[in-house]
Amino acid sequence: MKHCLSLAFVLMVLWLGNSGYYSPLLLSLGAFSVVFAVWVSHRMDVVDHESQPLHLSGHISFFYCWLVGKIILSNIDVVKRIWLGNKSISPCFARLPMDQKTDMGKVIYANSITLTPGTVSMDIENGTVLVHALTAENIAELKGGEMNRRVADLEL
Amino acid sequence: MLAGMVTVLSSACLLLGAFLIISGAVGVLRFPDFFTRMHAAGVTETLATTLILLGLMLFAGWTIVSFKLLLILLFILITSPVASHALTKAALHGNLQPLVNENNEQ
Repeated sequence: MKHCLSLAFVLMVLWLGNSGYYSPLLLSLGAFSVVFAVWVSHRMDVVDHESQPLHLSGHISFFYCWLVGKIILSNIDVVKRIWLGNKSISPCFARLPMDQKTDMGKVIYANSITLTPGTVSMDIENGTVLVHALTAENIAELKGGEMNRRVADLEL
Repeated sequence: MLAGMVTVLSSACLLLGAFLIISGAVGVLRFPDFFTRMHAAGVTETLATTLILLGLMLFAGWTIVSFKLLLILLFILITSPVASHALTKAALHGNLQPLVNENNEQ
């Protein structure tokens, strides 16, 4: 039920934000579309904790703030190496453990690795992730496990 | 006064974003193999797009256009790592061997 309500809320905000017309006719058409879309998704059985991860939304904003900082720092590093040339990079790859229990946690961790330039998640298998990195320091930083721990904390 | 500051700030965002996109393009041309080029492309799809959209949002102010730009930004930040992951995974399963530096063989 709460997942349906959250989906209805998101769809309502999307409609209001994208239409820009607030006449009674268009608002009632919007309300009808929202109710219809929620009903169809409920019948399709796709409204659950995976499509509406409400349990994450509390802590995830802090994680995103931290991730934005990381993304800016690693962008500066990669841009520096682009202009310094090929001698400054030392590509390597490694298999790292994942502490996350749920599929959602694993997806967030792998996507966070890919979002920070300099590291790309290549493959996920049996609770490990294969990471390709532009330099050995990038791998060493991920091995330090701060990102891994922060994503695992989100699941609680 | 405030309007002038906002214009300066958004121009700075746009210029920096444009510089990062050029850097990403240079990196894609310069780096030696597919996997390292993915990292250079990562610069354009994270910070460069964020800065350009942020600059446009500052130009638009508190309007419906800013909200739409924010939606575009969220969409790009959620889909681009998935696309990068799919590309590298396809390359890996297609038996493309990543170039590895001899100094740090793991």
